[in-house]
Amino acid sequence: MQQIGKPLKVQQPAALDMRDEEIKRLKEIAKELRVWIIKTISEAGSGHPGGSLSAIDILTVLYFHTMRHRPQEPEWPLRDHFILSKGHGVPALYAVLAKSGYFPMQELMTLRKVNSRLHGHPVAGALPGIEASTGSLGQGLSVAQGIAMASKMDGNLFRVFCMVGDGEMQEGQIWETLMSAPKFALDNLVVFLDYNKGQIDGHTKDIMNLEPIGDKVRAFNWDVQEIDGHDVSKILSAIDRTRSAMGKPHFIIANTVKGKGVSFMENNIGWHGVAPTKEEAARAIAEIESHLIQ
Amino acid sequence: MAAKATRQSFGEAVVKAGEKNPRVVVMDADLGKSTMTAEFMKKFPERYFEMGIAEHNLIGTAAGLAIGGKIPFITSFACFLAGRYETIRMSISYSNANVKMIGTHAGVGIGEDGNSQMGLEDIALLRSLPNMTLLQPADDTEAQQAVHWATDHKGPVYFRLTRQKLPDVHTEDYKFEFGKGDILKSAPTPKLVIFATGGVVANSLKAAEELGKEGSACTVVNIHTLKPFDDELAVKLARQCNKIFTVEDHYVVGGLGSAVSEAITNAGLPVKVYRHGMKAYGESGSPEDLYEKFGLSVSGIKKAASDFLKN
Repeated sequence: MQQIGKPLKVQQPAALDMRDEEIKRLKEIAKELRVWIIKTISEAGSGHPGGSLSAIDILTVLYFHTMRHRPQEPEWPLRDHFILSKGHGVPALYAVLAKSGYFPMQELMTLRKVNSRLHGHPVAGALPGIEASTGSLGQGLSVAQGIAMASKMDGNLFRVFCMVGDGEMQEGQIWETLMSAPKFALDNLVVFLDYNKGQIDGHTKDIMNLEPIGDKVRAFNWDVQEIDGHDVSKILSAIDRTRSAMGKPHFIIANTVKGKGVSFMENNIGWHGVAPTKEEAARAIAEIESHLIQ
Repeated sequence: MAAKATRQSFGEAVVKAGEKNPRVVVMDADLGKSTMTAEFMKKFPERYFEMGIAEHNLIGTAAGLAIGGKIPFITSFACFLAGRYETIRMSISYSNANVKMIGTHAGVGIGEDGNSQMGLEDIALLRSLPNMTLLQPADDTEAQQAVHWATDHKGPVYFRLTRQKLPDVHTEDYKFEFGKGDILKSAPTPKLVIFATGGVVANSLKAAEELGKEGSACTVVNIHTLKPFDDELAVKLARQCNKIFTVEDHYVVGGLGSAVSEAITNAGLPVKVYRHGMKAYGESGSPEDLYEKFGLSVSGIKKAASDFLKN
């Protein structure tokens, strides 16, 4: 093992009595952003609704609760970094970035159009808040690892969050990084697996089964947790643990539902990479808006 | 100065770059003994990372370190780096990451290890990527200066370096000028203009001297910057001489010869170009025997150039 810089100090989680109100606020944001995901993909006429809707609760917690970042100063050196390794889920990332104030909400409607800054997959430098070009699967996790190493070298200035897809776990490069991050004791690296169980050609278990994924990643010497990736309080608790479990990189298996929040999309592989028509979008939005936040 | 391999020049220069700039980081994929990073590792262990035999991860991690403000130099054999083309395309080139890739063991000049270890298509592959800068120094002096230039340059750079020792083609007062063709020998009215790059520059120069003695005066240009290519110089020389001859220890498809041909074609000049270099897979053998077999020795280059002059 090669320890880079000084070990991280244990950080105290936020006080629990603040939680109920905070959870409600985060759920409200995620609900609003689900609507934007449907609106933007429908307007674009193409895109990936299934994997954007499965990712949005985690992204909302990261950008509106956990990460230290300054939308008005995207290059702030002390910012926590986020890398969306499953680049096709970018409508969810664009939505949290716009809602955070990196760029106007209305610009979301230019998704995938010519001359737009909102490319079909993330492009580094094209838009404030996008750190790396991703979309060729398997690569973003390595990039996130490199940023975490740079942070450690400079005295642990910031943390690095990364989201990988379950289909993406089939890439060899992912396992190269799963092997290397523990070598460098990157406890400032937090990886979420958006485990929505589906990919373009079918169910992940049929295409190339990942199981037992927790055992595999644990055997590679990561700190592994498994949660419901749509339960905001569970996401918050998992992140709390990453602040106190030191010495290992963090891997959070987030069990999610592809197309979460829209009943006709949920767990339907057909919605991996297909845009809803205007009529379908209207139905989806009406359903999302009818959800009561508790 | 004694002959030196450009991989050795890199190993020395990157230590100096590390002394000057604390952001310089070196990363290996279990070939550090061959890519000459041992000195840096000894001097700056906290800035040296062994990534194991996992080049995709090496490339992606370096891109991340660059995002975090570091200047990573990643090293492996040219064929193993360029072989991870799509990872370079995405994580380095498309992200415009400030990563310096050091591809050593270029060409058949590596000798006995044979074709699987020979970088013979790296220029062609990486030259096709936007944002990419490609450098191939011809001797120690040039290599050391190029490493320092690349450290200060913001953006991806690929170095193509040799395993074998190269004799000096420059004097100590040489100044590396990025993006400019380096005229080593200038004939007032040349019969042939020779463009050469990397390990075959010295042999090309010697071949040109012999041709000159036999009445065929040659101009010789060393191309250290393969991308961006010095189109202007190629066009200028092609206006002075209607026979252009290129030499490289790389496939003739996509390499130096292609870059020269593209520049001349774009200018619409009616000149003949002969691209001399590798046309099939390499093989095992001593470097000298391989250079003889594939026509990259002094006599081999001279013969190919003479044949070209005749028709």
